[in-house]
Formats: sequence, structure tokens, C-alpha cells
Amino acid sequence: MTTAERDHLALGDEFEAQTRQKLVVIGNGMAGARTVEEILARGGGEMFNITVFGDEPYGNYNRILLSGVLSGESDASDIFINPLDWYTDNDIELRAGARVSHVDRIARLVHAEDGTSVAYDKLIVATGSRPFIPPIDGVMNGHGPRPGIFVFRTIDDCNAIANYAQGCARAAVIGGGLLGLEAARGLLTHGVEVHVVEAGPHLMGQQLDAQGGRILARTLREMGIGVHCGSATVQVTGEDRITGLAFKDGTHLECDMVVVAAGIRPNAELAAQCGLTVERAVVVDDQLRTEDPDIYAVGECAQHRSQVYGLVAPLWEQAEVLADHITGTDTSAAYEGSKLATKLKVMGVELAVMGLKEPESDDDEVLQFSEPHRGIYKTVILRDGVLVGATLLGDVSKVSFLTQAFDKGTPLPDDRLQLLFDVGPPTAAVSIADLPDDTQICNCNGVSKGQIASCVSGGAASVGAVMKATRAGTGCGSCKSQVIEIVERAAGGDLAEDPSAHYYVPGVPMPKAALVEAIHRLGLRSASEVFEALADGRDDPASKMGLTSLLRTIWGPEDLGDERDARYINDRVHANIQRDGTFSVVPGISGGVTSADQLRRIADVADKYEVPMIKITGGQRIDLLGITKENLPRVWKDLGMRSGHAYGKSFRTVKSCVGTDFCRFGVGDAIALGVEMEERFKGIEAPAKLKLAVAGCPRNCSEAMVKDIGAVAVEGGRWEVYIGGAAGATVRKGDVLCTVGSHAEVLTITGRFMQYYRENARWLERTYDFVPRIGLEELRAIVVDDRDGIAARLGAEMARSIDAYVEPWQTEAAEPATANQFAAPIAVA
Amino acid sequence: MSPTESLVEYSLGSVEQIPLGEGRAFQVAGHDVAVFRLRGGGIATTQAQCPHRAGPLADGIVGLDSIVCPLHAWRLSFATGAAEVGDCGIVVYPSRLDDDGEILVALTAASEG
Repeated sequence: MTTAERDHLALGDEFEAQTRQKLVVIGNGMAGARTVEEILARGGGEMFNITVFGDEPYGNYNRILLSGVLSGESDASDIFINPLDWYTDNDIELRAGARVSHVDRIARLVHAEDGTSVAYDKLIVATGSRPFIPPIDGVMNGHGPRPGIFVFRTIDDCNAIANYAQGCARAAVIGGGLLGLEAARGLLTHGVEVHVVEAGPHLMGQQLDAQGGRILARTLREMGIGVHCGSATVQVTGEDRITGLAFKDGTHLECDMVVVAAGIRPNAELAAQCGLTVERAVVVDDQLRTEDPDIYAVGECAQHRSQVYGLVAPLWEQAEVLADHITGTDTSAAYEGSKLATKLKVMGVELAVMGLKEPESDDDEVLQFSEPHRGIYKTVILRDGVLVGATLLGDVSKVSFLTQAFDKGTPLPDDRLQLLFDVGPPTAAVSIADLPDDTQICNCNGVSKGQIASCVSGGAASVGAVMKATRAGTGCGSCKSQVIEIVERAAGGDLAEDPSAHYYVPGVPMPKAALVEAIHRLGLRSASEVFEALADGRDDPASKMGLTSLLRTIWGPEDLGDERDARYINDRVHANIQRDGTFSVVPGISGGVTSADQLRRIADVADKYEVPMIKITGGQRIDLLGITKENLPRVWKDLGMRSGHAYGKSFRTVKSCVGTDFCRFGVGDAIALGVEMEERFKGIEAPAKLKLAVAGCPRNCSEAMVKDIGAVAVEGGRWEVYIGGAAGATVRKGDVLCTVGSHAEVLTITGRFMQYYRENARWLERTYDFVPRIGLEELRAIVVDDRDGIAARLGAEMARSIDAYVEPWQTEAAEPATANQFAAPIAVA
Repeated sequence: MSPTESLVEYSLGSVEQIPLGEGRAFQVAGHDVAVFRLRGGGIATTQAQCPHRAGPLADGIVGLDSIVCPLHAWRLSFATGAAEVGDCGIVVYPSRLDDDGEILVALTAASEG
């Protein structure tokens, strides 16, 4: 029992009123008022004479709803939590409009600017925060913002913004966080064009990761709001009236008014002046006490366990603990920090965030779903099977379930899909078990479900044996998982473990890592040496191509025992064999940028050799089809161009769009980067082909987001590097590996990733399988963050391969590499 | 080939026309053949085109006892001509190298028929 309570029991009311402790609350915002409510709810009205100081000449109101006032949806009176009557009813002395100038801790007096002072026994600092105005040229005029520039914090701010907007055509909001977007939403209804300007790379950086931010930006643009990310404002232009904003990159945005919503700063000066510890805000313990046991701090001005909270839920929790403690209701009450789970509505878009927004370690399990078209983005992060973070944008249907799992650690379903979606029972049509036997499974080789199943009943004991016997899954490979499922079902439990599934190539019984190690250790320089040393001398033609590729990645040209016969025909004659045995010739046209001279030479060659078809390829190149083998060297000589490498398991092409050169939307020089990339990596061998693209803006005209590697320019002179995309037999949007600021960095990251892929991918494993198999986070840790310290080596290995590049067409047109390399059938007399 | 047809051994010239481990196509006595120079020693000779889609077998990848067609990776035996999968196959011609490294292939005579 506290002294106050004993007093209350022992003494009469009149005497008690005089002996009640004096509680002073500085701040009448959401934290101050809520804390007072909690204290009253615990009988604090009997214990304390309460005085509340408030800056604003109002009762307290719900600041979260201010954008509704700005937009006109709500009247200011709608958002008051406690009207002035509430204070009188509860015997609270409200000093509205009175600013506190300082606190005298020795005399225990709070001094106001009007010269009055109030004594306290207990003091609560709830001074909140104020808008942060970044030091931008042309913003300030004396001590305040110049006319036309507003902050967005109070009812008065709302009124001023609404009035000024009457005479304006275009408003800019500096700050793409929650507050900035709220301000933008409010402004929309005032007939002005609204632009949100964010210095960081994406919107709502506090709550969203890059991808979520981009999807939100897309949704806002569809609403007619201009979004400018990566735009650091350096100056507000205009003499008398504002004319616009100047950005660091030299660009300019016209506008006639500006709302600054670039974050908040805790109002901690008062606490600092009276000697309390202030770091980012006023430091408090688990009872919300400062180091002075009679002074508490709560809300946005308080720093607890290094955290300063700017959202409302933590404030409610703090107010309860403070009230428990100060009233003696529960002196052991402790605030241990808030698990942040918030549901917001940003411009009508629903958003729920809790815990981590991005994984913190490689072991964190990340589920992600992205549907930009509908503005939907979901991520869920698990650690050791426990939910530690989630972001739901555009579709918050799972928020109750996830919030519960986050707050209470309730068990999660093994089927992780259910964390993101409400999954109904499987429909009959999608289950392979229910497909009729005559359903064609392998569309390349025309193999039906029934044929696969009967192959198993006929004695094939492994997936590999079934695939070999039926050819199912041996074409493009996209049906392989279905083939496996059918085989597994047909075999019941009798399926033999197929060790060859883990081999790099079928003829050498080793996974890739062991094979690479053995090649290094034994110094094996050719396919023959590998078969001799590692496969009991059993030469396997189906394994030669994969071995050749691997050996060429491991050894430089001087160390390689080049066996031309271990190459596929395409790599022996540097052209792509066609169904009639002729070849296709695709000249190297870096980045897809050609010239009249090149086109003329191509046309002349087409005439001279009566080329049956000239085709623009999907990769922005020109394909001369139907060239006989014997004509290849002649065609190359006449073209006088380099190989386009459109035939190998190697780096193929870099598609590009016209970028900033001509396109009015371009934000990055896609042509220059595309040409640079192709010139650098042309012909580099890999476990499977690599198709690349560069897009000069997120419109993605060159389809960079569905390439093995793609670079997409984003506003602010930056490039997003995508990996693992595909738009072939498999369609997969690439993952953003990183965002970098220069062409050189794109080349560096691309080189490292390609080298890591060359060293670790299985033979013929495209990046769209490799990236999900290794995991985006793992790849990022290795090639971007250099966690393993191998980035420099990867770069150097790639550079060695680049240095060893020999242009094959002109080299071998001048001098064939083998006897009758390009010969037509040799006629014997 | 029916057993009654008589075979004639034709010389196709030096084995040096074919790089080790590769194949080359020849036209001889009205026949299109593919000759392979095996890494294990000796040669093998087959019909020039695969039975599946007429792929040029001489452009395939050569093993010790089989050839893999360049178009769809069908594997065909040098010993029997049979495809590894399915019941079609290719003609395999008797062939050898003489002491001077000359390619000798036994074919039905050109003048016949």
C-alpha cells in the first residue's frame, strides 16, 4: 500500500485533498492524455491533484486521424478523444496553450513561459515529438518555414495546408513514410496534383522492404500520385512564391507548395535541460522512470531499451505500466518493450506489419508472395519455426492469424502456404492422381501418364530409369516434377533411391563438389582423363558436354587438354544445328545495337548464300537460318563480325531497351550498360545458357525481370540486379539480388554471381532452378555481402575466363581447328 | 541389306581425315555413311542419318561403343545399330583400318541395282 492510499484511508476528505500528491503531466497529446486516463482508471483521481500542460489550445485529439481532417472526411471535432469537459469532470487542471519553459528538480517546480509555476511530487514528461525539417536550402525563413511550406502534425497545420492549397496547382510532399503518405492522401481532395518525394530508395522504408515499397509506389501511381524515390531534395526554388524542388541529381520538380513530412524528432530538450539522461530521447527503465524516481517519461519522447516508438500501440502499453506503477496498483508491473504489430491504412491501401521486415540471418526462413498488378505483397519471416516478422500489403486477410502467431508464438502449419493464403481443399483437377491415363505429361516427347506408370509396372525401378526408357522429362525438362510424382505413385514404396540424381553428369558417379575437388586434386585436364580416373575408364558420351564445360571453367586455356570431340557439335563449329542438319548463324550485335553498315553486310551475305530465312530472334539479334556447315567459315568472313554465341551453354545475349538515349521514360542508360555487359561476358561458358537484359526503367520493356540476370534502372541513378528469372519452358520473375549505383557495380555483381553459378550449378541447371535451390539470401550473403570472403576470388576467376576469351569465328574461319571441321560429306571417287 | 547382296570393301582414304574421337560423313558408291574414329582405337561406320528425324550422325558425340545423335540425343549402338530405347535402329557397316591407316568400309556395290 502506498503512502497516498494509507492517507486516503486514515484521513477525512477535506484534509486529504490538501495532502494528495501533486502530479504534473507535461504534454497533452495522445501519450499524456492516455496515461492520465489509465491513472484515473486505477483510482488515481483520489491520490493525485493532476495538472496537465498542453501546447495546443485544445483538449487532446487522435493525431492518427489528422489526414481525415485534411482530406475533409472528418471534422476536427470528430477526432477529439477528450473534450475540455472531461478535464473539469475529473478535477484536472488543464493548462492548454501554456508552454513549459523549464523544470526545477531541486525545488520540484514546473515553470511555464507565462511566468507561472506549478509544484510537483510526481512528474510525467509526455512531450511527444515534432516534425523534423531537413536542412534544405530555401525552406526556412527566420525561425519558421517560409510561406508555402508546411509541416503536418497538428490541427492548425491541417487548416493552414487546406487554405493554402486553394491557390495551388501542384503540391509536393517531402517524405515517403507513413506521415508523408497520409499528408498526400489528405491533399488529394484539395484539387492539387500531388507528388511524393522520397530521398530513400523506396516508400515506407521503416515498414517495407524494397519490393513492398515498389509495389506500394505502383499502386499510388495508379491513383494519380507522382512518386519520386531516390530523390534527395537540395533546394526549394522560387523567390516570393515557391516554384519547385531541386534534387541532388540535378532534376527539378515544379510545385507551388510543399509539405515536409521527413520524420519526427522527440521533444527531449526539457528533460535534457533539467539534467535527465537523453540519448535519442529521454531514457527510461521498465517502469517508464527516468533516473529521477519521481519523473516518468512516456510515448514518443521516451527511449526504452534503446527503442523509441512512433506508433500508437506501444504508447498504450507504456501508459498502462506507468499507471500501474505510479498508483501502486502493481509496483512490479514492467514494460519490456513492444512487439510491433501494426495494421495501417495507407491511402486506402491496407498494410499490416509486425516484427522484422527483412530476414536478419541466413537461417531465417522467408516466404514471399508478390503480385504487383493487384498491389499485393506478402512476406513472412520464420526463425526456428517461430514467426518473427510479417508484412502484408494490399491483402491483410491473414492478419489475425499472423498477429496471434506473432504475439503468442502459436504453432504454425507445416504447409507454409497457409501462412500467406487461405488455402481451400485441393481441387480434383490439379491432383496428378486424378488425371486420366491418356493425359500427355511430357509435351516434348509426347509421353502420357499411362505410359510412365506402365513403365514402372514393367520393372523400371527408378525415376532415372523411367525417364531413360520413356524419354519423359528429357526434353525441356519442365514436366520433370510431374514425372517424378507419377513414378513415385506408381511405385508405391518400392522406388529405388536413384543415386545418379545427385551426379553432376550421369557417367561419373559424383556430385559436382566432389567432382571438382577430384579434378583439382588429380589434375585432370580432359574428359578422357576424368573417365579414366573417376569412372573406371568407362567413357560416356552423354557426359562429355558437361565435363567439357566444367573443365573449361576450372582450367585456363593453357592448362586445358582440349578434346574437341568431347564438345557438342554446336561448340565444334560455333553455330546452332537445326533440324535439317544445317546451322543458324547469329552475328554478335552487343546489346542489340547495330548499324547500317552491319545490316548491309548481313543483307549481302543473305543474298550471296541464298539464306532461306532471316529472323529477328527473341534476344534482339539477327539469325541467318539454313547455312550449310561448309559455308560457315565463308559466311563469317563475309560478315566480318564476331560470333553472337547463340549456340552454346554459355553467356548468350544482353537485350536492352533504348534507355535514356531516346526514350522519354528512361531513367538509366540501358544501351551503354547492355553493350558493356555483353562485350565483357560474351561467350563465357556456364552449366546452362545465360540470357541477360537491361531495362532503362521499371517498365521492363527488355524483359530484364525474367532473365537469368537482369538490370533494371530505377529513379535516382540506381540499378536493381535481378537473378533467376525465366520466360521459357518455365516462367519465373527474377529476384532482386541487390540495388547498386553504377554500371561498374552491376558488372562486378554480375561477374561474381555468374562465377558462383558456374562453380556450383548442376549441369544444365538454369538459374531459375539454381537461385531457389541455393536461396536468394544465401546468394546475397556470398556475392553481395561477401560473407565467406570469396567475392574477390570469384571476380578474379571470372576475369581470367574473360581474358582467355578467343573470338571463334574469325579465328577458325582463318584456320580450321581440326581436319574437315566444316566439310560437307566427303565424296569418295 | 539382304544376306544375298554381295559386299565390296571400299577405301575412303586416310583416317587422318577424321579427328580422334569425332565422326565425318562420306559419300561412297551411292551410300551416305558416317565414319567414327574411336578413342579406344579403330573405327565404326553407320548410315549417315539417324532413323528418328534424319539427324546427321557424324556430328554426334562418340562413345566407345555408341553414338549420340546431335538432334535429340538418341543413343545408337555401334555393335548392333540398335537404339538404346525403342525398337528402331541404324545400319552398321563392317569397317576397319588397314596397316597404313586407310579406312575400309564394306558396302553393297555401286553398280548393283
